[in-house]
Amino acid sequence: MMFAVAIIAVLIAAALAVVRAMLGPTAFDRLLAANAIGTSAIVLLALLGFLLGRPEFLDVGITYALLNMIGTLAVLKFFRYGALGSEGPDKEQGL
Amino acid sequence: MVLLTLMALITLAIVRVRNLFAVVALTGAFSFLMASVMMVLDAVDVAMTEASVGAGISTVLMLGALYLTKSREAPPRFSQVIPVVVAVGVGAVLVYGSLELPGFGLADTPVNTHVGEAYIQRVMYDADIPNVVTAVLASYRGYDTLGETAVIFTAGIGVLLLLSRGRGEDSQADGGEEGGGDAS
Repeated sequence: MMFAVAIIAVLIAAALAVVRAMLGPTAFDRLLAANAIGTSAIVLLALLGFLLGRPEFLDVGITYALLNMIGTLAVLKFFRYGALGSEGPDKEQGL
Repeated sequence: MVLLTLMALITLAIVRVRNLFAVVALTGAFSFLMASVMMVLDAVDVAMTEASVGAGISTVLMLGALYLTKSREAPPRFSQVIPVVVAVGVGAVLVYGSLELPGFGLADTPVNTHVGEAYIQRVMYDADIPNVVTAVLASYRGYDTLGETAVIFTAGIGVLLLLSRGRGEDSQADGGEEGGGDAS
């Protein structure tokens, strides 16, 4: 029962993030919304695993979290250097 | 059901937004929702593949491609009526075809009446792996999977060799993000 209520709450949070991703005036709003959706998916996964009595889903959730972090790092590097190639800090060119 | 509705909303946003950077972010979110749907359907391995390839690697590759092009989508030059008609028609045909499909998890469907039962019976005796899908992929079809891995590895090395030929003069922008792509 507790897990079901928590799942519903997380789904509502994900829906709010989707609304922000649709309406968001700037690209950064959409970026943060996408990140929040990824986090909600991870929490949803963990809750679902416990609801169905299969806590092994936690391992999959950890993998999701690592992948989410890789995406965030790529985006941040894109903003910092304007490229993804390893050009070194001495050739900064900005966006 | 809620997840599918959210996915449809995100698809609408992807179609409508003209800033390609936001589109990349939305595609990642779409992949995470898709992976959650796979998880609800109990297909853990498919969900893992969708999350790693769709949300992880292709976000990075899309950003690399975004660096090489402009970050705003050009407005459409032709009328969009015919593509919409074609898409809606194909969708209607697919929905019509799915009406005849058997229900999810029924016992007397062809999927559940052939070899699946035998695999489920024997897998602990043969391979001692609790997940049947993993056992089929990695043990029963081990050579097949090994061959696939060799093919993908060869393709990755070929792409790296092709991209690193121009290295040395001035084109050093490529190559870095492709190395990340092979790791999948």
